[in-house]
Amino acid sequence: MNENIDLKLHVWRQNGPSDGGRFEDYTGYAKNISTHASFLEFLDVVNDRLILDGKEAIAFDHDCREGICGSCGVVINGQPHGPQRATTTCQLHMRKFQTGAEIWVEPFRARAFPVVKDLAVDRSGFDRIVQAGGFITARAGSAPDANEIPVPKTVADKSMDAAACIGCGACVAACPNASASLFTSAKVAHLGLLPQGQAERMKRAISMVGQHEKEGFGACSNHYECEAACPKQVSVEFIARMNRDHLKAQLTYVESAGKDGGAG
Amino acid sequence: MENALTLTQTGIGKKAAVALTGAVMFGFVLVHMLGNLQIFLGRETLNHYSEMLHAVPELLWVARAVLLVSVVTHITLTVDLALRNAKARPTAYRVSADVGRQDPLMRYARKTMILSGPIVLSFIVFHLAHLTLGEVPGLAHGQDVYENVVRGFQNPVVAGFYVFANILLGLHLYHGGHSLLQSLGLRNPRLDPRARTAAAAFAAAVTVGNVVMPLAVLVRAVGADVQ
Ligand code: HEM
Ligand code: FES
Repeated sequence: MNENIDLKLHVWRQNGPSDGGRFEDYTGYAKNISTHASFLEFLDVVNDRLILDGKEAIAFDHDCREGICGSCGVVINGQPHGPQRATTTCQLHMRKFQTGAEIWVEPFRARAFPVVKDLAVDRSGFDRIVQAGGFITARAGSAPDANEIPVPKTVADKSMDAAACIGCGACVAACPNASASLFTSAKVAHLGLLPQGQAERMKRAISMVGQHEKEGFGACSNHYECEAACPKQVSVEFIARMNRDHLKAQLTYVESAGKDGGAG
Repeated sequence: MENALTLTQTGIGKKAAVALTGAVMFGFVLVHMLGNLQIFLGRETLNHYSEMLHAVPELLWVARAVLLVSVVTHITLTVDLALRNAKARPTAYRVSADVGRQDPLMRYARKTMILSGPIVLSFIVFHLAHLTLGEVPGLAHGQDVYENVVRGFQNPVVAGFYVFANILLGLHLYHGGHSLLQSLGLRNPRLDPRARTAAAAFAAAVTVGNVVMPLAVLVRAVGADVQ
């Protein structure tokens, strides 16, 4: 078996948010690539060769390189994180490509994810959505004893399914409307499913959705491309749940006015 | 609350209104289709049914008002959402590929909601002129409903337009039927397979029912008594 492949590589280069950006043909730098390399290692090799040629390296985000941090993520031939399902870009390997294959690498494209440089985009909109309500305000203190608060296994599992979201943004990249509904719904649901998250469940469903809108993400049209692109396979079932919570909260939730004095 | 937007400002709120108005129209097209199938029972029955609908003008106008509000709300909001959604991705991908695997008919239905909608709308306008007002030169005149329907459908262009528009409506409803459950937050894994089947069956029933009428007249299986 041939362990090295040659690729026809096109990479999006953009100097900053206000630059128009363009594709560069890096086929000359994408030869003799080990099929054991991950996609990010492939980009590392291309970057080494670019630097040796006196050119600027391609900027892309990455951190853990083991599929858990959510930093990496580019669109490869129209698919966020590339052709392999349930896999982050850092866990995608070059053996998934045939020698001679044409590869177009683009950044996640959304108004709410402005390009910082080349393939790196600013996903701080996600942080602001979480800041809007992805927490509980009770003091958590040190880690509680296991099973102090009883949670049925099936509920805990469902909450973990939502909490599996690593916030990479592939859902936004895949959505025809650049909506962050899957991300937001996962963050709304993993707390909303647990006893600790109940007290603020309605408020959370209003503020997080509100922040989602303000960031300029689109609305969900139920295409479900997000679920297909999600490296953690977070289900659109959580979007239905978020819709339900949001509608209910809009119709019933009234924020209690804080009284002076408190108890006693 | 700092971030609070009202129901009419969030995409979820708007989609809920789209889904509710869609559901109203969904109910209407089903009842409308079933009522109209009486054409197969002949002139008397159909005209009698039409008279019955007109018997209490107040009720008729209430129903019309509900439908009008539904159509207007549905269109205003879907156009508003479509514009907002287009703005959310100002730069298109160089390569566009679908990630999910899904049945091709559903994929087509999903991607063409914003096209099937307006074509259905243009059809509704023509349809109202043809059969509600009963005034399209050469096709319809006066209040003999049976006569107007048959004369209209004997014209292959008119019959063709009805068939075409109703197939698009069927596609719209194929996606719309279970999409509305998701938008309203009613979808869940337990009901999902059944809801999908029900939505598909509903869409298919409305489409087949609406398409056989013009076809039956076109081949003179119905309305041979009208010259
Ligand atoms: C007349 C012009 C119409 C237009 C422009 C239109 C447009 C649309 C669009 C664009 C959507 C998708 C919205 C989204 O996902 O963001 C939609 C959904 C829907 N439409 Fe229509 N439509 C029209 C007529 C109708 C009619 C006549 C019916 C029923 C008989 C109908 C039933 C539905 C349903 C049930 C949905 C699903 C709602 C949801 O996704 O939550 N529509 N429509
Ligand atoms: S680099 Fe951490 S998930 Fe890919």
